[in-house]
Amino acid sequence: MADRSFSVAKLPGFTATAIIVFAALYLPIFTLVGYSFNANQSVAVWGGFSLDWYAKAWANTQVKDATVLSLIIAVTAAVIATAVATLAALGTTRRKKFRGETFIYVMINQPLMVPEIVTAVTLLIFFGIIKQATGIQGIGYVILAHAAFCIPFAYLPIRARLEGMDLSLETAATDLYASSWQTFRFVTLPLLLPGVIAGAMLAFVISLDDVVITEFVKSGGQDTLPTYMLGQMRRQMTPEINAVSTMLLVLTVVLLTAFFFLTRKNDQ
Amino acid sequence: MSAAETAQDKASARNGWLLSTPALIILTLFAVGPLLIVLVYSFLVPGKYGNIEWAFSLEGWRGILFTKDIFTEQYQLADANVTIFWRSIKLSLLTTILTFAVGFPTAWFIATRPPKARALWLFLITIPFWTNLLIRTYAINEVIRNEGLLNTLLLNLGLINEPIQILYTDTAVFIGMAYVYLPLMVLPLFAAIDRFDMRLLEAGYDLYASRWNVLRRIILPITKPGIIAGSILVFVPSLGAYVTPRVLGGGKQMMIGNFIELQFGQGRNWPLGSALSLMLLIIVTGALLIYVRYANGDSRHG
Amino acid sequence: MKKPLLAVALLLSSTSLAAAEGQLNLFNWGDYTSPQLLEKFEKETGIHVTVTDYDSNDTALAKVSAGGAGFDLVVPSAHFVQIYVEKGLIQKLDLTRLPHHSNIAPEWMDVAWDKGREYTIPWQWGSTGISVDTSVYKGDPNTSELFLNPPDELKGKINVVPEMNEVVGLAVMWAGGEPCTEDVEVLKKARDALLNGKQYWASMDYGTTEHMANGDWSASVNWSGESFRSRLKNPNVVYGYPKEGYPVWMDSVALLSDAKNVDEAYKFLDFIMLPENAALISEFARYPNGITGSIPFMPADMQTAPEVIIPAEFASKGHFMPTCSGKALDYMTAIWTELQK
Repeated sequence: MADRSFSVAKLPGFTATAIIVFAALYLPIFTLVGYSFNANQSVAVWGGFSLDWYAKAWANTQVKDATVLSLIIAVTAAVIATAVATLAALGTTRRKKFRGETFIYVMINQPLMVPEIVTAVTLLIFFGIIKQATGIQGIGYVILAHAAFCIPFAYLPIRARLEGMDLSLETAATDLYASSWQTFRFVTLPLLLPGVIAGAMLAFVISLDDVVITEFVKSGGQDTLPTYMLGQMRRQMTPEINAVSTMLLVLTVVLLTAFFFLTRKNDQ
Repeated sequence: MSAAETAQDKASARNGWLLSTPALIILTLFAVGPLLIVLVYSFLVPGKYGNIEWAFSLEGWRGILFTKDIFTEQYQLADANVTIFWRSIKLSLLTTILTFAVGFPTAWFIATRPPKARALWLFLITIPFWTNLLIRTYAINEVIRNEGLLNTLLLNLGLINEPIQILYTDTAVFIGMAYVYLPLMVLPLFAAIDRFDMRLLEAGYDLYASRWNVLRRIILPITKPGIIAGSILVFVPSLGAYVTPRVLGGGKQMMIGNFIELQFGQGRNWPLGSALSLMLLIIVTGALLIYVRYANGDSRHG
Repeated sequence: MKKPLLAVALLLSSTSLAAAEGQLNLFNWGDYTSPQLLEKFEKETGIHVTVTDYDSNDTALAKVSAGGAGFDLVVPSAHFVQIYVEKGLIQKLDLTRLPHHSNIAPEWMDVAWDKGREYTIPWQWGSTGISVDTSVYKGDPNTSELFLNPPDELKGKINVVPEMNEVVGLAVMWAGGEPCTEDVEVLKKARDALLNGKQYWASMDYGTTEHMANGDWSASVNWSGESFRSRLKNPNVVYGYPKEGYPVWMDSVALLSDAKNVDEAYKFLDFIMLPENAALISEFARYPNGITGSIPFMPADMQTAPEVIIPAEFASKGHFMPTCSGKALDYMTAIWTELQK
């Protein structure tokens, strides 16, 4: 009786809209990547295929310095954030809800809720005061700022993983007279590891991408890749920026794909 | 509860706190704590070339809405400030609406794919989200500028005679923000639709409802939590947007974020900048609280 | 699990080691430092120079006065030098460490804002005027009317660089006053003109070179060297010297009081006073410099370019921007913030 070709889930125009949306999402990115191979100097006119801009970007010391710095900051911040977030996740899940747990949860996720510009401005003022008072300079400020706003990004996957973990393995270990430290080290941690790695990778990507906070907090010689690009966008717009953007894009996609496969494997 | 159980609970709670302490320390020092300093700064006097002077003043807060005319020394409503606030709210609302209008069909589409393909489509939507914000904004720049893709296409098709000036207008910022925040709308919508029971639709159709009615009366109400979540996830960051208006607005289409930055640069008014930041924070927190209350209230009614 | 941490630790310590051998942090205008100059410097001295950009004098001052910025050298415009001195942000130079100090051209040696050049070393100088794409606008480019009362062809296509002293200065001179005036009537006229013109401006941004090359802007209030570079990309660009009066400025390098790499800084300061090196600086950004004998080293097109050698008819209209009094500055800042919104 029911019309076979009538799909309940189909709504008119929705599929078309969705396809257009996907196309619209990727078109600018492909344009950007495409023009990075543009032999012509001007960003708009196509002049033939060329890898010149990549060579130029590669040779540009400012780009190199910025990339190295970005990586250092991202790795360090991700490590700190993940370590700290793992502890926090362990402390706030799978136990009876205690007083103040909501407070901790809000605190941890606070960076997600506060507009970046506000955090950037507050840290600018705060760090300025500390620097004048103590005279300590260096990259530590940027790293700690990054670590702070990366914490929620590391925390959430770890917590999700922890909540989904089967307690029976750990109970079995305890039954077999393992100490709580041994249980943690040989049972909990390995099981938790995919979540930890996922959290670390998310934190890394977030740190790598940050523009606003770093722009305000950085001091001498501390341009990260995004802040360098922001500076360039206000002036010289050669396809060199496209080349740099593409490289950054590729790195992000590779990491995301790894993240994707990591989490998929877990579900199976 | 036996004494042993209470003791265990207490120990558990204590461990919970201990384990969370490192995170709390970092966050207090580098996220929350500095906010207090900003609060103090908002009540101080601007220094001559930036920074502040330690004297109490309400000028910072008053400056949000009122400026002193330099020549008449009288206070008047700061039209320019109001313009910026209005522009921010307007653009954020428009962005939310647009991303919802196109995001809902997209989320629906993804949710109605076969399970294996679904993960792939989700992945495709997520990649642009994780791509650097700057890169995405720049990509839009390339499309809408006078010699960019859009204009070149329209010119070649003969639809227009000269390039349309889109860049450096409100529209450019709007397009940029919609582009950047779209995935943030799609993901919660997808989550809500994913949980939606398709049999309800069957029931609707069996009762001779049209597709439009089914959409309006069944789908939308049930996916409301997702809609609210997505809207908040788009509205809040748009309000505090900084990079997109800066790159696409050419310094003329300022939003609140840029206006705040100005006070710490050429505006030389740190107290005002501090007051504005706090104001933004209050608005955002308000929006979030509304969301939380709404979401919780909703779940009570099932 | 331990290995990655070890690697990171090594990486961190190695970077700081590298910092110890010859590092110099230069805080300069964006697009203003010749990479060739830095390469040559590093080759000759082994010192690696890291450049951080800023777009305006105000941003630079804000960053430096906020403290702990970690820079060694900064390059303020003339009218800002006294501010830096007053706030104790830059230090007096030990001239015995600068053997080539006498290379500074005599007309740039005893400047009002730094007699005898005890605080700063000349970097480049220039003027602020209007770049016009003559294929779009064929009228007279030598007037401030273009940005205060834009003609139809330029409405919505003219950019104004967001540099307070110069833009407000141009408007004040157009209104008949002197830069740094405290005359309320003149200031009012200037402010109204600016606000009136603003609605027709495309933007208030930097990057004239690229934007005029690709047609985003058909005119732009900006600096002479930038205009020169625009012309190199788009031959239709002409640099206009506003006949109502235009600012002349000079940027000079100063040593920050809290600089960490002082020895390296002195080496650099002395390095740029050699004529062939000063010429490298000029070649990149296309501005003249203040060092005697550097002209022969500069590219041929610079030696006769109208952006570099001010045409005689406009020479008298150039006003060197002085450091304004507090009151004048307050007025200017108020006008500027109103304009920026």
